[in-house]
Amino acid sequence: MTTDPERILLAHGGGGLLTGRLIRDHILPQLKNDALAELDDSAHLELDSNRVCFTTDGYVVKPLFFRGGDIGKLAVCGTVNDLAVAGSRPVALALSLIVEEGLEFATLDKILESVGRTARENDVSVVTGDTKTVERGSADAIFITTTGVGVKLPGANLGFGRIEVGDKILINGTIGDHGMTIISQREGIAFDSPLESDCAGLAHLTCALFENVAGIRFMRDPTRGGLAATLNEVAEGSGRSIRIVETEIPVKPAVRAAADMLGFDVLNIANEGKFVAVVSAQAADECLRICRGHPLGKEAAVIGEIVEKDGAPLVELSTKIGGTRIVQTPYGRDLPRIC
Amino acid sequence: MCLAIPARIIELEGDKAVVDAMGNRWKAKTTLLPDAKLGDLVLVHAGFAISLVDEEEAKKTWELFAEISNFEETPNRVSG
Amino acid sequence: MLDRIVKAQHCIEEACHKLGRQITIMEVCGTHTVSIFRHGIRSTLPAGLKLLSGPGCPVCVTDQGYIDVMLELAGRDDCLVATYGDMIRVPGSDGSLETRAPKGNVKVVLSSEDALDLARANPGVMVVFIAVGFETTAPASAVVVKEAADEGIENFCILSGHKLIIPAMRALLSGTNDRVDGFLCPGHVSVIIGADAFAEIVNDFNRPCVVAGFEPLQIMEGMAEICRQLSTGAPELKSIYGAVVSGKGNVAAQEMIARCFDAVDGRWRGLGSIPGSTLAVREQYSRFDAFRRLHLEEKPGKDDSGCRCGEVLCGLIEPPQCALFGKRCSPQSPVGPCMVSSEGTCAAWFKYGRRK
Repeated sequence: MTTDPERILLAHGGGGLLTGRLIRDHILPQLKNDALAELDDSAHLELDSNRVCFTTDGYVVKPLFFRGGDIGKLAVCGTVNDLAVAGSRPVALALSLIVEEGLEFATLDKILESVGRTARENDVSVVTGDTKTVERGSADAIFITTTGVGVKLPGANLGFGRIEVGDKILINGTIGDHGMTIISQREGIAFDSPLESDCAGLAHLTCALFENVAGIRFMRDPTRGGLAATLNEVAEGSGRSIRIVETEIPVKPAVRAAADMLGFDVLNIANEGKFVAVVSAQAADECLRICRGHPLGKEAAVIGEIVEKDGAPLVELSTKIGGTRIVQTPYGRDLPRIC
Repeated sequence: MCLAIPARIIELEGDKAVVDAMGNRWKAKTTLLPDAKLGDLVLVHAGFAISLVDEEEAKKTWELFAEISNFEETPNRVSG
Repeated sequence: MLDRIVKAQHCIEEACHKLGRQITIMEVCGTHTVSIFRHGIRSTLPAGLKLLSGPGCPVCVTDQGYIDVMLELAGRDDCLVATYGDMIRVPGSDGSLETRAPKGNVKVVLSSEDALDLARANPGVMVVFIAVGFETTAPASAVVVKEAADEGIENFCILSGHKLIIPAMRALLSGTNDRVDGFLCPGHVSVIIGADAFAEIVNDFNRPCVVAGFEPLQIMEGMAEICRQLSTGAPELKSIYGAVVSGKGNVAAQEMIARCFDAVDGRWRGLGSIPGSTLAVREQYSRFDAFRRLHLEEKPGKDDSGCRCGEVLCGLIEPPQCALFGKRCSPQSPVGPCMVSSEGTCAAWFKYGRRK
């Protein structure tokens, strides 16, 4: 009898014996649910409604493990959050793995354990999946894609077209935590830090909002490109201008100091446990109350509003010194500066 | 030209230091500040300490520094 | 802090009112440019005060020819290019490190020491450190050259593109330009060269020079001081960044620079050649000078005739008056530093028109 290999071999993606062992011994035990256990070519789902939300995302984060999370947790939370901010209750995920030949099983098991745990914590099941292997050098350890389906909540009626002048902009907590944590652990520019990623699934909180408050116009999670990218998307999509107030935006001092050292603008830094919501002025207080009563919303704040403005829609920041400046859509890649 | 922030020397061996800024720890060289000592507040640019920082002046100059030196630093403290 | 900001604003308004004409202040530090933009400082200034962004971004004023040499190195299998992040997107004659992304032999570093560590860890390649920046950053390059020499490290050299601020200020003022009334002087360059270094600008050109840091309060109070001096008619040198700036500066750092470098004539993007404005590695350390060690030559870049950055920088023209603006020169393919810098006058104008 041969001993099991310690690392992924190409054959693990071949659809034969080794694939079977991989699924049986490594994947299934972590993801434990009836649908998956069927190992059907497709999962069979019965949903409460035919109004569903459907999304997909790829995860390529490096390093794989970071303070506050890992690629597995991220892969579940990211897709759960896309469903959550679309106004749905996440139900099921498909998990697609592309694994580089030579990846240690110890690493893969840790990632899968994280996927399983995070899925359970977020009341979502991984009901189907796929694993492929590629030659050494063709993928950086592991790439994960999760595709998710959620059932639209009756109370959720979201869209750019719903946004009106006077609506308030709300965020559930501090910005820049995830991006700065990743940067602080990135090879070549790593530094010791107390920072932790805010990676978390938001569906419980967003569902509470949609079920209890009318007047939520729009929601999005400010991941890549940070708050700046998301607000510019909202401005462009709705044709409305936005003003946010710097002193209202929650930022941890350690995040700000790290950003200052490297020359980053915290508005451009990724978040993985945050949503931005545009809500009617009447709904703002109640939304804040619900958020602050939840572990993921303790530092929720109203950071700005939709404003009337001539010309092309813009995002403006009222700065801490009482000035204003335009918040630009970030380029898409933040590099540390000395200048 | 010149991103630099004040940070405190928390380790020092020869001219190799570790400096702390709001809990973030960076490597820095004190080659350009031969008189720097453990515990000093220094201005760090591109991995080098380039000046000692007068603490009283620092509180008047850097808002974040003033906030933190007045309060106990807690990771969840929100700053505007 | 807000009360001090308001006080500075009042002081500026009073001075403008008293003088009865527009006041033009120039800052000459890219970090000031970014801070001014980030805090929306222009929006708080009265109409009578015009704030110009000078040639203060040493990265943005790096000539195309230098970038081309850097790209050539990045394409060589026997080289590893170590650079500050600032350089990744600066374009040469044909693309940047980003668009011409070579096979992974470019590493972003936070410090010159990281570059030297790369050389120690990779004895089989020549590590070339892209040494750019003003006097604030030059000592960091000088230190690693000395360390490499002391340790006998053979596979390390620097491509020096360090720039000096005072020659540039002199060049700007020596034309027929009388537009600039006063200078907000770079706080961290002053940490190294000392606030007194700017005395020659005050004495020779009769302009107020105020050394300030980069927090918005520092910038506002610095400008208020310039305005105050203008309204009393007595320009002088002053520093409000006493937390870290002394009159004489960091002598150890100055000695380090003098040991490693000579000041030579150099080309500034969009401004032509400025005498004594660039640092070149001295003969004593020639084996750590990438130009000599690797037989590299900085050739003039693509024809940038028509670039009027020099006039834009001095406030003599507005960006749309330059024939290249929006045509040959845009943020995607910038010609001069005013467009290379994302907060440069031309880049800002391109994105937002007059709004800032």
